Amino acid sequence: MSADTLPESRTSARRKRWFLEVGWKYIFAVFILFYAVFPLIYIVSASLNPHGSLAASNSLFTVFSLDNFKALGETSYWTWYANTLIIGGSAAIGTVLMGACAAYAFSRFRFSGRRVGLTTLLIVQMFPQALAFVAIFLMLLAIGEVFPVLGLNSKLSLICVYLGGALGVNTFLMYGFFNTIPIEIDESAKIDGASHAQIFWRLIMPLVTPILAVVALLAFISSFGDYIVSKIILVSEDNWTLAVGMYQWVSNQLTSRWGLFAAGALLAAVPVLVLFLTLQRYIVGGLTAGSVKG
Amino acid sequence: MSEAHEEKTTTGYSRRGWNGWGFLVKLLIMAVVNAVGLMGILSAFNAGSWVILGFAVVLLAAADYVYFSRRALPLKYLLPGLAFMLMFQVFIFGYTGYIAFTNYGAGHVGSQQLAVNAALQQGERRVENSPTVPLSVVQKGDELGFAIVQDGEVLVGTADEPLEVVGTSADGKAPTEVDGWEVIGRRDLLSSQDLQTQVVNLRVPISDDATDGSIRTRDGSTGSIYQSSMEWDPDAQTITDTENGIVYRATDQGTFTADDGTSLTTGWIVNVGFDNFMRLFTDPTIVSPLAMVALWTVVWAILSVLVPFGIGLLMAFVYNDERIRGRRILRTLFILPYAFPAFMSALLYRGMFNAEFGVINELFFGGANIDWLGNPWLARLAVLFVNVWLTYPYYFLVCTGALQSLPASTLEAAALDGANRYRQMTSIILPLVLVATAPLLISSFAFSFNNFTVIFMFNDGGPAIPGAPYALGATDILISAIWDISGVNRGVADYGLASALSVIVFVIVGAISAIAFRQTKKLEEFA
Repeated sequence: MSADTLPESRTSARRKRWFLEVGWKYIFAVFILFYAVFPLIYIVSASLNPHGSLAASNSLFTVFSLDNFKALGETSYWTWYANTLIIGGSAAIGTVLMGACAAYAFSRFRFSGRRVGLTTLLIVQMFPQALAFVAIFLMLLAIGEVFPVLGLNSKLSLICVYLGGALGVNTFLMYGFFNTIPIEIDESAKIDGASHAQIFWRLIMPLVTPILAVVALLAFISSFGDYIVSKIILVSEDNWTLAVGMYQWVSNQLTSRWGLFAAGALLAAVPVLVLFLTLQRYIVGGLTAGSVKG
Repeated sequence: MSEAHEEKTTTGYSRRGWNGWGFLVKLLIMAVVNAVGLMGILSAFNAGSWVILGFAVVLLAAADYVYFSRRALPLKYLLPGLAFMLMFQVFIFGYTGYIAFTNYGAGHVGSQQLAVNAALQQGERRVENSPTVPLSVVQKGDELGFAIVQDGEVLVGTADEPLEVVGTSADGKAPTEVDGWEVIGRRDLLSSQDLQTQVVNLRVPISDDATDGSIRTRDGSTGSIYQSSMEWDPDAQTITDTENGIVYRATDQGTFTADDGTSLTTGWIVNVGFDNFMRLFTDPTIVSPLAMVALWTVVWAILSVLVPFGIGLLMAFVYNDERIRGRRILRTLFILPYAFPAFMSALLYRGMFNAEFGVINELFFGGANIDWLGNPWLARLAVLFVNVWLTYPYYFLVCTGALQSLPASTLEAAALDGANRYRQMTSIILPLVLVATAPLLISSFAFSFNNFTVIFMFNDGGPAIPGAPYALGATDILISAIWDISGVNRGVADYGLASALSVIVFVIVGAISAIAFRQTKKLEEFA
């Protein structure tokens, strides 16, 4: 029997029930969507507004112009963009390599000090590096007198500081994943005469690619969003990252540089957004394993 | 190595098939590491930085041992990460502790000898009737120096390097060419105001001994000797101003202080014991704003977890319903704020909440002039709102994950036993979800406790608390208060006091982590 032939009252009762159980969720969703997406829509509109001031950006989507995006070229924006990519990329690669090596060691070798090592990592990781920014600043000041390349105002030293936190939580994330790769793979390779380095690089690393991608992305995002450490280390404007540079725009000249900020924020956020959404499934697994947004 | 030993290495790597290329790559990398390491050791030795020298030696020795020995197999994988962790995480924690017990900060940045040199420099006057010498300004890269002619010899020096003989001069005029240096002509000098200022301010010490005085110039073509009117007596630990006879004595506080209480501007670093901690807890100007900051930090951290968690949990329940079409798209749209970089969101809201031109007042409050960023309570509300927007998707994701992994059999059994939906929810689903998410809530709490970026980007921790020192503000949390106090960004630097506060926050975070540690019981996982 099809729905059309049902008596009128039964159809409306079913509709009512559907609305009470499912339908209202769509209406609720509209509210959440507005809450979630409004600031993003606003920033898109502001980036397209050629007047570029905060006050002018309130009339949403009345003007369309790419002036703000073009004007970015007259600022240091692209230098900052490149710096952010270099620093974030290097930190991400370094973090993945070091974390993977450590996780491999903890997962595959049984050595004395293994449990103590894991416990120590867990404890150390709980203390945020950023809290010690004064010490980082003073230490780099001292190192800089001996090796200027590793002192203040050096991208390399910022990367090194980020790599200081490479082991921490990432090791645990990867350690769990490494443990899911059956050890029989290692053993059969060993019997075939492979060295431990060959097993690690040729067999294990390809198998754990998903977790490597996630750790790389998380490391990239955390360096992308870092202000406190990059601000104290990177002194000169041509060394700044996006976080340091764009803060300067908005904090000093809030009203006049607003369009530039909006355009810059969009250009910088889109790649992160796309990567994040593509890797979403894996990231959720990683997040639940203990890391939080940085 | 014997066959028997080979058998014993349970980790077992085979020597039969060693990869020749791999070995070469290792050799190459180690050669580079050794070269860089040796270079570092040499320059640390030249600079006299014994701590850095020690670190470099130990690290290099460890690297060579680990990668060329056959015993330390796990360490081959752990060493790079461990080295970075020891230097940039463990060491700086310890260093923070050390600084907390010193008066390191503005006016106290180096050793006593440096403070003495600074004092002698500041008291420099031109020596009366001293001869002038021919001089030219020289440059190497960014560094400026003077080349002078004295007794037929050419001497060159910079602000950091005392005068040194580099050649002879036959005519006794200002040198026009100096080996390894570029001589700046008079015309260039006169055409650049900036360069002139630098040259007038430049002082080139005559020797390593600061009491010998230094060469300065007024016109860029002749130099004269300047000597300090201050006299340093290392045995009595006093500096005497010969012009007015005032004696400055070295004190325990790392300053040179005269009997009338005035001090020289430059002091040195000394251990001050618990002074910094005492100041945090007893100095009346600091105590009350800091107490406010601490209280707000706790409130902020708790609300930053509970509010978005509540929203996320509710959303997870509502949208964990297979009858809803387009759930995947909805979910992706819901989590967009989470994928948008946090510092940009905070800056974005900074503009949106602007009282005069912000879109929030304009669109949602009919153009009213609500001072979101200037009123302490509104600012707190607003920054919480921003953080909720930023983090609810995380809890939504986590709770959805927890809901979907609930054991179906338990729910079925409950349904069969006649539990209604309300009962199922309160007695089974909620407790199970809470158990799964509790460890995350605790680590999120610790994270929010130190969430510098959002607080700083949104409103610099403002609006300022009236009368508070160090520009402490109503939305400042402890870590941003440390930022203000430290003076690394602006204001008077007080590294000692900032580090003392860091140590206290470390202790608090440690206590929270200890709870988290017991909760997560992660230790049991690596049996």
